[in-house]
Amino acid sequence: METTLIASLFVFVLAAFVGFEVINKVPPTLHTPLMSGANAISGITVIGAVLIAGAGGSSTVTTILGFIAVILATVNVVGGFLVTDRMLQMFKK
Amino acid sequence: MNDLTALLPTGIQIGYLIAASLFILGLKKLGSPATARNGNVLSASGMLLAVVVTLLDQQILNYQWILMGVAIGSVIGVIIAKTVAMTAMPQMVGFLNGLGGAASALVAMGEFWRLVHGEATVPLDATITVILGIFIGGATLTGSLVAVGKLQGVISGKPVTFPLQQPVNIALIIGFIVSSGFLIASPSSQIPLFVMIGTATVFGILFVLPIGGGDMPVVISLLNSLSGLAASAAGFVVMNNMLIIAGALVGASGLILTEIMCKGMNRSLVSVLFGAFGGGESGAPGASGSDAADKVVRSIGSEEAAMMLRYARSVVIVPGYGMAVAQAQQAIQELVVLLEQGGVDVRYAIHPVAGRMPGHMNVLLAEANVPYTQLYDMDEINPQFEQTDVALVVGANDVVNPGARHDAGSPIYGMPILEVDKAKNTIVIKRSLGTGFSGIQNELFFKDNTTMLFGSAKEMLGELVSEVKQL
Repeated sequence: METTLIASLFVFVLAAFVGFEVINKVPPTLHTPLMSGANAISGITVIGAVLIAGAGGSSTVTTILGFIAVILATVNVVGGFLVTDRMLQMFKK
Repeated sequence: MNDLTALLPTGIQIGYLIAASLFILGLKKLGSPATARNGNVLSASGMLLAVVVTLLDQQILNYQWILMGVAIGSVIGVIIAKTVAMTAMPQMVGFLNGLGGAASALVAMGEFWRLVHGEATVPLDATITVILGIFIGGATLTGSLVAVGKLQGVISGKPVTFPLQQPVNIALIIGFIVSSGFLIASPSSQIPLFVMIGTATVFGILFVLPIGGGDMPVVISLLNSLSGLAASAAGFVVMNNMLIIAGALVGASGLILTEIMCKGMNRSLVSVLFGAFGGGESGAPGASGSDAADKVVRSIGSEEAAMMLRYARSVVIVPGYGMAVAQAQQAIQELVVLLEQGGVDVRYAIHPVAGRMPGHMNVLLAEANVPYTQLYDMDEINPQFEQTDVALVVGANDVVNPGARHDAGSPIYGMPILEVDKAKNTIVIKRSLGTGFSGIQNELFFKDNTTMLFGSAKEMLGELVSEVKQL
């Protein structure tokens, strides 16, 4: 357990550096779509929600919590990506 | 068959690896307006891939709840994404932030419940990540909702303070830490869990309440970062690299945008978050406003303004949020097209904090079919004002106040501004000489080369359009 936790911490820190590098180059024009797009990505927690909601055999409480989490995270993902697309399609030369 | 099931976990991990790469590529492509839409599609397909491979996980035994949840969430998501107004984008992002935070907190709680009722002992590191997930997720949820309320005007935009606010905040954090300790000591008892949820959510509310409405863009950016961290925390809870990577990417992006917004307003993050406590608002707005009476203001009509614009060689338009509130984007673009047909060189100057979130003004203008190549950032346009014949300010105030450059007593002293006062002529469309949200008088209005065109943005632009047509 210890080693996997440390390995995950490595992943976390390195990913954060990648994020800084990639996003620093986004021009101000695109900051709002960037924020809503990144926001949609943070809906990745839907995966955790799916794992919990579907873990059959465990307690009902977990299933219910997972179910609600799936709904909320899906709204975040679907709403986020769609509204970002709606904005970006308006950007024309 | 057996071989196949043995390969499945590896397949899922490889799927995650591809999905994470798609996220990074997608964010990278968001760096240019030409590729941004593709980038968003890449990120979305990464998300789809991640969800699909997760469904193959053998830990999942029943699909009915998942499918139902995804269906309900998708319908709601589609509806709000299609109907939200572009002016309400900050509220939308804030709201979605909150949902993401809530989902992460729920995942942490659900997993904890499963561990407690499954294994004999819950490992310490699992408990700690659960605690983090609940705190970040819970505070993100309620903090975001308060921010949305302030942006929407449901909750007062003024800093809301009450006596002993800071001691109460500290007490909440201590309460959270103590109950966390109890939870670690006896994971199966439920009271600490409920206390933790309660303190985290109340803390989120109390943290955002004292922050003024004008600072909400910073708060939204920061909460965006937090929603990413919440996802990462949930990732540590279920030990899933996909969540950790995506959460870290979002956390980093939110931090960068927070920093940009702070710079644009010449505020430090600390003063934004704790400004209402420190009593930093020492500048008496009345003092600088009172001498307005003995200064001369030149006012012109739309006919004369139309002539100035039409016969200028170069015009720079400075739109502010006031223009967006008046829904005058279309009118302004109509005017710009007319001027361009007449051979005038027209550009837009966009202040980094124009609008209610970073880059908001660009979206609002894009909606009115303004090509993004016509929009110039502050750093690009400022050196060009000296060669500009007419600067037209519509609905912007504090971001064009020259006082920010030299008036050390001004609350906005040091804030980077669009230097419209350096243009040969400046026309300001405004209802009255009223002050901006900072409550200070704008000395731009009293400059010799400034003329005021009094009236509402939409009406005046309409008049300008018809006047220019007649020239």
